[in-house]
Amino acid sequence: MTTAPTGPPGTTPADEGVVQVQGLTKHFGAVAAVQDLSFTVRPGRVTGFLGPNGAGKTTTLRMLLGLVRPTSGTATVSGRAYGDLARPMSTVGAALEAASFHPGRSALDHLRTYAPSIGAPDSRCAEVLALVGLEGAARRRVGGFSLGMRQRLALATTLLGDPKVLLLDEPANGLDPEGIVWLRGLLRHLASQGRTVLVSSHMLSEVQQTVDDVIIIARGRLVHASPIAELASLAVPTVTVASPDEAGLDALVAANGWERTAEAGAPGTSVVTLRGTSAAAVGSAAFAAGLELHELASRSVGLEDVFLHLVQEPGTPGPTTTGGAP
Amino acid sequence: MIAALRSEYRKIVTTRTWWVLLLAMLAYMSFLAATFAFAMTQGGAMGGPGTQGLGHSPTSAISVYTIAVAFGYVFPVIVGALSVTGEFRHQTITPTLLAEPRRTTLVGAKLLAAVPVGVLYGVLGTAAGVGVGAGVLALTDHATYLDDPEVLVAVGRSVLALAVWAVVGVGLGLAMPNQVAVIVVVLAFTQFVEPILRFALAFVADGALAGVGAYLPGAAGEAITGSSFYSQMGAGELLAWWQGLLVLVGYALVFAALGRVTTLRRDIT
Ligand SMILES: Nc1ncnc2c1ncn2[C@@H]1O[C@H](COP(=O)(O)OP(=O)(O)OP(=O)(O)O)[C@@H](O)[C@H]1O
Ligand SMILES: [Mg+2]
Repeated sequence: MTTAPTGPPGTTPADEGVVQVQGLTKHFGAVAAVQDLSFTVRPGRVTGFLGPNGAGKTTTLRMLLGLVRPTSGTATVSGRAYGDLARPMSTVGAALEAASFHPGRSALDHLRTYAPSIGAPDSRCAEVLALVGLEGAARRRVGGFSLGMRQRLALATTLLGDPKVLLLDEPANGLDPEGIVWLRGLLRHLASQGRTVLVSSHMLSEVQQTVDDVIIIARGRLVHASPIAELASLAVPTVTVASPDEAGLDALVAANGWERTAEAGAPGTSVVTLRGTSAAAVGSAAFAAGLELHELASRSVGLEDVFLHLVQEPGTPGPTTTGGAP
Repeated sequence: MIAALRSEYRKIVTTRTWWVLLLAMLAYMSFLAATFAFAMTQGGAMGGPGTQGLGHSPTSAISVYTIAVAFGYVFPVIVGALSVTGEFRHQTITPTLLAEPRRTTLVGAKLLAAVPVGVLYGVLGTAAGVGVGAGVLALTDHATYLDDPEVLVAVGRSVLALAVWAVVGVGLGLAMPNQVAVIVVVLAFTQFVEPILRFALAFVADGALAGVGAYLPGAAGEAITGSSFYSQMGAGELLAWWQGLLVLVGYALVFAALGRVTTLRRDIT
């Protein structure tokens, strides 16, 4: 048993602020939305919860929040099921996708309706509105809000109870670039205060600059969980080679057992991209074979490509530099 | 529970629904009270065959003053029901259950939060009936019977009945969270099915089933004030006021329990 990285030892229980999912499974009829999912989210860090559409992110969050009953497995925050927390919204602040508001209520009234249950004083409502930059819209009906304003109001709702743990489902959706920068700063700030921040997204690039850890799921299953730096180490560099001698190039690739990941070429030139080798190795082999090269370039794979590779159906080709496919 | 109750109460009063429906109720009750008070002064002109008429008597005065219990209870019912169905319609049930994950507590809070709103509807809805009804009687030089203790007790219980109706509405909303469905069912049942049932039960099988009609929700509500146009028109007898109250509260609790084990057992996605 390891202790949580933050909090002075002995004053807080080891699992304070820790989000723990264990063997979590959910079937909606024949649909297996989440299957045997296990992961841990630690305080003081921003964790990206990533996966393509339909991967099961929202379902997992809803199970963590006691809204959806798991078929099997457990999901706890600070060692307890959500429904067993004494004041749940002052422990966990959650904003789910399709943030839900009564269109006829003003932003301030929206917060005021939840404040008593959460145990927050009414003065806190104006405070969190200011925190998310909505102080000017406090008395406006939510029905007239833009998507970005709704996201901000959803975020304000999660902050009402000053929670130790934040679970945010696609919070960047609908935010303008300035809003995204602001959100990044806010999430970093919240984590630096020792809070646990779990933020879901279907795009790694959206959260790449914000997160410390990533949990990647696809088709309801965990495919990767690590600090983001380790994800980068999964990126395998590729080498692109161009030669006018197509047959010679093919023979060279085959003889060395390099993995071809892409082909291109103009008349009279063959261009291939190779994986698991280096420009130096390819250059020296070509020189030894007397093969004429017109291009030899080494490229590192973007994290987004690593991510896409991880979430692809098994058996599809690995990440390559030739992104931007149709 | 107190905290959840305050949240639920705020939910009701921070949207327009409650006062729009209240104004509609007041307009409707004023109109009905004026019409029936005038009929009262005409000495039973309203009566059909087999009725005891609507003569100028304390009993008739009670019927006019508590008209909201006979014809206006659908308003507090709908306000109560919308306090639940609105949560599903606008998906606010998600944040609601995040703030209060104990679902039975939530049911209790919703039921209780409807009480002050029901009392408001009861006070103002009854006031409309009394004000307009007594006004018409006074203007036409008829006694208003407002000094009759029996009349005053009935007026007080009218407030009680309407408050309970709001709670029944919450129960209905929990059992039937689809907003359109619940409004259609409430209107169809209160305006059409129950009146017909009450007459039918009074007359079929040589009146052997007449007692059953008294347990229908509308009849139970009227029993609380002890006066009813339907029974004055021969649609069966009413329960004692406290029996009516218990039956009506029973409906609210049964519907709410049903909602607790159906609507609130499901996954919220
Ligand atoms: N109430 C439901 N009934 C049936 N199937 C459902 C239900 N909710 C979710 N699913 C299915 O479960 C799977 C996971 O859905 P979920 O919403 O958790 O994905 P997600 O990762 O949040 O996707 P997105 O990025 O699109 O938000 C999908 O196949 C979805 O169709
Ligand atoms: Mg989702």
